[in-house]
Amino acid sequence: MKWIWAFALSFGFWVLLVWPLDWQELFVGLLAALIAVILFGGMLRIKGLKKLFNPLRYLWGLYYILALIYHIIMANLDVAYRVLHPALPIRPGIVKVRTELKSELAKTILANSITLTPGTLSVDLTDDGHYYIHWINVRAEGEKEASAMIVGRFERILRRVFE
Amino acid sequence: MNEPIGIVLIFIGVIFDLLGGIGLARLPDVYNRLQAATKTVTLGTCLILIGVAVASGSTPVQIKAILALALVLVASPTAAHALARGAYSSGVRLWEKSVIDRYGEDLEAHQGEMEVKEEEDEAPKA
Repeated sequence: MKWIWAFALSFGFWVLLVWPLDWQELFVGLLAALIAVILFGGMLRIKGLKKLFNPLRYLWGLYYILALIYHIIMANLDVAYRVLHPALPIRPGIVKVRTELKSELAKTILANSITLTPGTLSVDLTDDGHYYIHWINVRAEGEKEASAMIVGRFERILRRVFE
Repeated sequence: MNEPIGIVLIFIGVIFDLLGGIGLARLPDVYNRLQAATKTVTLGTCLILIGVAVASGSTPVQIKAILALALVLVASPTAAHALARGAYSSGVRLWEKSVIDRYGEDLEAHQGEMEVKEEEDEAPKA
């Protein structure tokens, strides 16, 4: 079952990529999808697929995407300001923050969101839910304060989407 | 009708990409440069792709631009994370004016523990 899902996903992606279709592209796509599935299909996790059928999660997901877009734009204006300012007002450092999220997917998305938002970049994470974050303008050095400032704004929404 | 909107979006995207380039040149160390490279360049590239999607209307190009957008949004922060972690573990130090380095402290503490453990393991044999 897992392998069929993996094949359908990669083949569907190919079809979108080469639209409009003709038989040559379909044939190559079948081969490519087959190779991709043989190599990487084992990594696909379809556990917790039931969560996919809960419409409330999609609403929270949509809200999350809107919040993310807002923060990405703010992040860009912030970095642009620092880069263009003649005195280069930065105060960089690596801080440690903590997340309550449990699911691997949610943790991954949180790490990527942190990288995309104002002045923060995920450097590493540990198994017990700590992230090491490079911060271009360190405003709080303690774990609690930094967590509230960096992780807080997404954690709440992501929990509704994934857990 | 959509074309002017698309071109404006592409123009804004190019400006953000340019800012990312300036940041890359001006900021002090690898980690700060990665910040500029991921944020501005991600938004810049996304705006260019959205601009292409808007300007081209409902054509195959639009689908491809949107797919590329999704891939950029997933791949760019992942790559930045891999680069930052790789740089740190191969010994690239933070800029000397950095205020704090929890990662280095914890790594050292961890290594210290490992050494103590090894000594304890060896002790009974000797």
